[in-house]
Amino acid sequence: MHSRVYSQWEPLIENSQMRHDPTWNSAEAADRALVIRARNGERTAFGKLVTRHMHRAYYTALGLVGNHDDALDLSQDAFARAFRARATIDPERPFFPWLYQIIRRLCFNHVRDRRSRRQKVTEAQSWLADATMGRRPPNPAVASERAELRERVARAIERLPGREREVLVLREFQEMRYREIAEVLDIPAGTVMSRLYRARRSLARELAPYLATAPEDGSPSSGKGGHNE
Amino acid sequence: MNRPGRPQGGGSRQGGGSGLGSGNGPGGGGGQGGGSRQGGTRRSGEKAPDSERLRQLMMAEVDEEISPEARAELESELAADPDLPGKLETFRQLKEVTGTMTPIKPPREMWDGYWEDIYRRMERGIGWALASLGAVVVGSWALWNAVTSLIADSELPVLVRWSLLALLTGVMVLFVSVLRERLFMRKRENSYKDVIR
Repeated sequence: MHSRVYSQWEPLIENSQMRHDPTWNSAEAADRALVIRARNGERTAFGKLVTRHMHRAYYTALGLVGNHDDALDLSQDAFARAFRARATIDPERPFFPWLYQIIRRLCFNHVRDRRSRRQKVTEAQSWLADATMGRRPPNPAVASERAELRERVARAIERLPGREREVLVLREFQEMRYREIAEVLDIPAGTVMSRLYRARRSLARELAPYLATAPEDGSPSSGKGGHNE
Repeated sequence: MNRPGRPQGGGSRQGGGSGLGSGNGPGGGGGQGGGSRQGGTRRSGEKAPDSERLRQLMMAEVDEEISPEARAELESELAADPDLPGKLETFRQLKEVTGTMTPIKPPREMWDGYWEDIYRRMERGIGWALASLGAVVVGSWALWNAVTSLIADSELPVLVRWSLLALLTGVMVLFVSVLRERLFMRKRENSYKDVIR
């Protein structure tokens, strides 16, 4: 149940408004044509859909599970399952949000199973790279410091609750806007921001030594602060 | 910044702006208190904004999705709460830190074989399903024939015949139980959304 705060956002993400939106771009029109053909069992058309969305699917899974091999396996599994469930795809709606539901379920189950087996992601640091690398060669000390920071960030993200982690990953590493995230997750944009806030607050606590102004508790207010979801 | 993982061409519609577009964003409808105050600390009796709303305003500001109305409201709150600018700055710094990071690009060859791997999975999935179905039917038929012929054998001791019947019944009960558990688990997994807390 969403609080009053969120209700003001709902008109922005109303699916009925977007479904027949005349601003559908050519990429989505192409997706729609491919979905219709894939629904009829055309594997070539489904293959083209895969090619169009594989990067996004892989990187999203990578952010959720923090491991290259698992991300590859899970994203490919998601596509295979999507093909089996192709009859349920609505061609009038964007393809990726539908696919994302399969990806996230697989990834969350995978992480849950991994935790239940008490396995640690020993290679957590290996999925993040320095985006500034190549612009200027850092000296060894700076490079080492950056590597340590990347490892801390990767581990902090891995420790986040699933719902917060996925919002952070979609925003920071997929560079999706609030409205796109809201559509993909089928939640109000206000909830996206609230989850993002909680994710960043946790990260700020974990990375306090690296942030000059990190607060003790990371909260902006001593108000109610509940999870209004 | 063009990072790997950024949707290329196939992204969702923007529909004319960010989630904090004018009108419906924080502050777009007048907000929940403090929207008209221009600077200065909060006056006595003046209602503080909902903390959840303040959090949303800060995120929108950090991610540069804030509307002009919402920014005015946030600036007003920043002026009213001396602790708030520092907290906002922390989130800005954090954003800067994560902005310097990007998911590692996999080798180019991975993408070349990506669809082929899925295609093989799909084909093998059908193969496994058919093979499993065939094995279950043929195995059941063979087992049934073997057991019924053994039971019908009058030379077989009664105890062994009853044991065979018990074995067959037990196997059937186990099979139904496992099948029911698998179906139940699948149903639960489908409804499962966010178990990681």
